[in-house]
Amino acid sequence: MQADLREFALRLGDDSLVLGQRLSEWCGHAPMLELDLSLANIALDLVGQATHFLSLAGDADQLAFHRDVLDFKNCLLVEQPNEDFAQTVARQFLFSNWQELTLRELIGSKHPGLAAIAAKAFKEVAYHVRFTDEWVVRLGDGTQESRARMTRGLEWVWRFGDELFDVDPVLERLIVAGIAVDVRDLRSEWEARLGKTLARATLDVPKPRRGARGGRIGHHSEHLGHLLAQMQFLPRAYPGASW
Amino acid sequence: MDLLAGVPDPEIPCVSIVDLGIVRDVREGDPQTLIITPTYTGCPATHAIQQMIRVALDEAGFSKVEILTELAPPWTTDWITDAGREKLRVYGIDPPAKGAGQHTLSDDAAQCPRCRSERTQMISRFGSTPCKALHRCLDCLEPFDKFKCH
Repeated sequence: MQADLREFALRLGDDSLVLGQRLSEWCGHAPMLELDLSLANIALDLVGQATHFLSLAGDADQLAFHRDVLDFKNCLLVEQPNEDFAQTVARQFLFSNWQELTLRELIGSKHPGLAAIAAKAFKEVAYHVRFTDEWVVRLGDGTQESRARMTRGLEWVWRFGDELFDVDPVLERLIVAGIAVDVRDLRSEWEARLGKTLARATLDVPKPRRGARGGRIGHHSEHLGHLLAQMQFLPRAYPGASW
Repeated sequence: MDLLAGVPDPEIPCVSIVDLGIVRDVREGDPQTLIITPTYTGCPATHAIQQMIRVALDEAGFSKVEILTELAPPWTTDWITDAGREKLRVYGIDPPAKGAGQHTLSDDAAQCPRCRSERTQMISRFGSTPCKALHRCLDCLEPFDKFKCH
C-alpha cells in the first residue's frame, strides 16, 4: 500500500509540477499584462501543490530535479507545448475542470495528508476553472481568428482527455482502500461541464478521437524531456546550489 | 502572540502575520510548537514568513520553539482580524467581506477603498500577489487591489 500511495502522490504531484513549469514559460510573453499575471499565478499555485504532493512521496526537490523523464508519472495533457494562447487555454480548460472534480472528491480521502492538500488546493483550482471557462467563451465567441484558434486548440488537446479517467491496478487498490478517487465516476460530470461552457462559447464539442495514453507509466511525448532539461539544468549542473 | 504581531507580511507590510491569521496556535510542550498555515499553496512569501518568525523568536530568546506548518483546516480570509481588515483598507486594498470566505474563492462585489463606492469593475482576476485581484472604481476612477475571498 505504501508503494501505491507513493505512486499516486507522484502522479498528482507531477501533473501539477509539469503544468506549472509549462505555464511559467508564458511569463513575460503573454498576450497582455493581465494574462501574464494570471498564468504566472496559476503556475505558482500548481507548483505549490506539487511541493505538497511530492513531499508525500519523498523529498520534493530531489524528486522534481533529479528524476529522469521515464520516472515522471504526469498525464500527457500537461506536458503538451503552449503553442498559442488558445491552445494553452484549451489545455487548462480540460485539466482544471478535471482537477477540481478530482480534488473535491479527494477531500474525503481516508489519507489525512492527501485530504488536507486537496482541501487547500480545491479552492484555488475552482478559481482557475473560472478563469479558463471565461477565456474559452471569450475566444470561442470572439472574432473569426480567435474562434479558429480556440477550435484548433481544443482539437489538439481533446485526444489527451481519456487518460485522465484511466484506472490501473495501483489506483484500483487505492480506491478500494478509500484513499484515491474513482475518476471513472467523474467523467460524465466533467463532460457535462465542458459541454456547458462550449455551448456558451458557441463551439461544438470536438469529435471523439483515439485517446493518447502512457504518461502514468512513464511513456511520454518528446516535449517532456525538453521541459525537464530546462527545469532541472541548474540543480543538476550545480548540485546543492542555494540562493 | 504580541511578539509575532510585530512581524509584517513580506508582500503586504501594513498587516502582520497575526492579523492575517497565518499564526494559528501555540502548542505547549517541550519544546513548544508554533503552528502556522500558508495562505496560498504557491505563495512565495511562505518561506520568507517562516524565516522572519524564526528571527523574531530567536531575538526574543525563544530559540527552542519549533515552527510547524499545518494545512488542515485550510486557511480562509475569515481568519483575518477586524483590525487587519481596517489596516488593509487604509493601505488601499479592499479587504474581503467577513464570512464570505467559504469553500471556494468567491466573486463578491468590491468596494473602492478610497471613496467607498460600490460601482466597481474587475480588471483582472489575478493581481500582483496570489491573494489579490485587480479592480477599478467607476466613480473616482482609481484602480485598486481587492483581497480575494478565500
